[in-house]
Amino acid sequence: MNVDSKQASAEPSAAQRKIWAWRRENGRVGVRNHVAILPVDDISNAACESVAANIQGTLALPHAYGRLQFGEDLELHFRTMIGTGSNPNVAACIVIGIEPGWTQRIVEGIARTGKPVAGFWIEGNGDIATIAAASRKAKEFVHLTSGLLRTECDLTELWVAAKCGESDTTTGLASCPTVGNMYDKLVPHGLYGCFGETSELTGAEHLAAARAASPAVRDKFMKTWQAYQSDVIEAHKTSDLSESQPTKGNIAGGLTTIEEKALGNLEKIGKQISFIDVLEPAESPAQGPGLYFMDTSSAAAECCTLQAAAGYVVHIFPTGQGNVIGNPIMPVIKVTGNPRTVRLMSEHVDVDVSGVVRREITIDQAGESLIDAIVATANGRLTAAEALGHREFVMTKLYRSA
Amino acid sequence: MSAPHLLVHDRGDNVGVVVVEGLTAGTDMLCVVTADNSDFRLSVRQDVPIGHKVALRNLKPGDAVIKYGQDIGKVVADIATGEHVHVHNLKTKRW
Repeated sequence: MNVDSKQASAEPSAAQRKIWAWRRENGRVGVRNHVAILPVDDISNAACESVAANIQGTLALPHAYGRLQFGEDLELHFRTMIGTGSNPNVAACIVIGIEPGWTQRIVEGIARTGKPVAGFWIEGNGDIATIAAASRKAKEFVHLTSGLLRTECDLTELWVAAKCGESDTTTGLASCPTVGNMYDKLVPHGLYGCFGETSELTGAEHLAAARAASPAVRDKFMKTWQAYQSDVIEAHKTSDLSESQPTKGNIAGGLTTIEEKALGNLEKIGKQISFIDVLEPAESPAQGPGLYFMDTSSAAAECCTLQAAAGYVVHIFPTGQGNVIGNPIMPVIKVTGNPRTVRLMSEHVDVDVSGVVRREITIDQAGESLIDAIVATANGRLTAAEALGHREFVMTKLYRSA
Repeated sequence: MSAPHLLVHDRGDNVGVVVVEGLTAGTDMLCVVTADNSDFRLSVRQDVPIGHKVALRNLKPGDAVIKYGQDIGKVVADIATGEHVHVHNLKTKRW
């Protein structure tokens, strides 16, 4: 038995696999066909949820922010809203805000993809008239999009993000190297990958930096990592972060220090590929196919929401102790190598790689089973998180509003 | 090969990870190094939960704990070979 990932490159077939998905107006490939009802701000959630209740086949995306934000925090808000509506898993989008200005800004941003999008605002109309008008348009969008046929696309046209959570020592042994094996096999053939969790690379930042594709990208990575250390962690910590990083769940699972957690985390990026750029939170990749690092928090819902807003359409989530995260627009595939988690929480597990720790399967074989799960998910099979109704949509906020 | 009790990432590591449930003190563990698939045996001195670490050699305060061939923190209490390594005897060197 040999678990050396060099074996992986001897397997040429994975990158040539096909999927059935929707090719959107801008050429991007989506694997879900949502009509999203997107609130600009917290006070428009009620209207959005009413529209989604009125019109079947739509999906409201309530969130907590969007008022009196300013500066970089406001830019991140717009980027997340526009990016979410622009994601290829969204076929059409209704935007509802309290007033027309910011509503129109988001509508215009989403319209650049060429997909159907319409904006509505509540001031001067009231909730009831707004809900009526938006519901009528949402129904039109449902009819326009629900009959769209999937077409055959290359697996490597997908944008596949990764983030691990409720990690333990088995994530570094099994589930994260499984993700890394998948990236090693698919990224060189055109797949867009993404890893983040800036704080959670602490202790492995030197190894992450060494995987940058150029000195400029390495410098950008180290600057981003250092800024998170000084501006977020050091500026706000009141203790040594015990119980926050690693979390209580991590510690219960056997992880003792942030260094140990980070080394396991970094196994997600494989052995053979480099990352080609460092993205701002929710920033869309612009350097072509390849692996990207995004500056994110290590909290699962925040990170997934940012990656979906950047345009990623499938998410791979290795977990040890059993994080149950999902995302409303981006299917989240759970991978675990912890036999106890498989035994106790099987309904959350999409890909069981616990055979790795029993030495029954190799990392290469585990990577193949993950690729099988990506193909099935892309073709429409619901993930555990989708079937269980997990729709965590959590905006990242940089500081208090004005 | 039968299923191992303990997995070690790298040859140079001084801890390994328990990968079976219900491991009890005194078990003669089958230990496998994942980097090269070599194996050895070690007796565990305590009941150690799945996912938790066991020392592969004697460690004293100030020593670095090595896993993945990397420094994962400092020893803060004496640890004997075969003993449980966790928050009671290992601390981060960061924040």
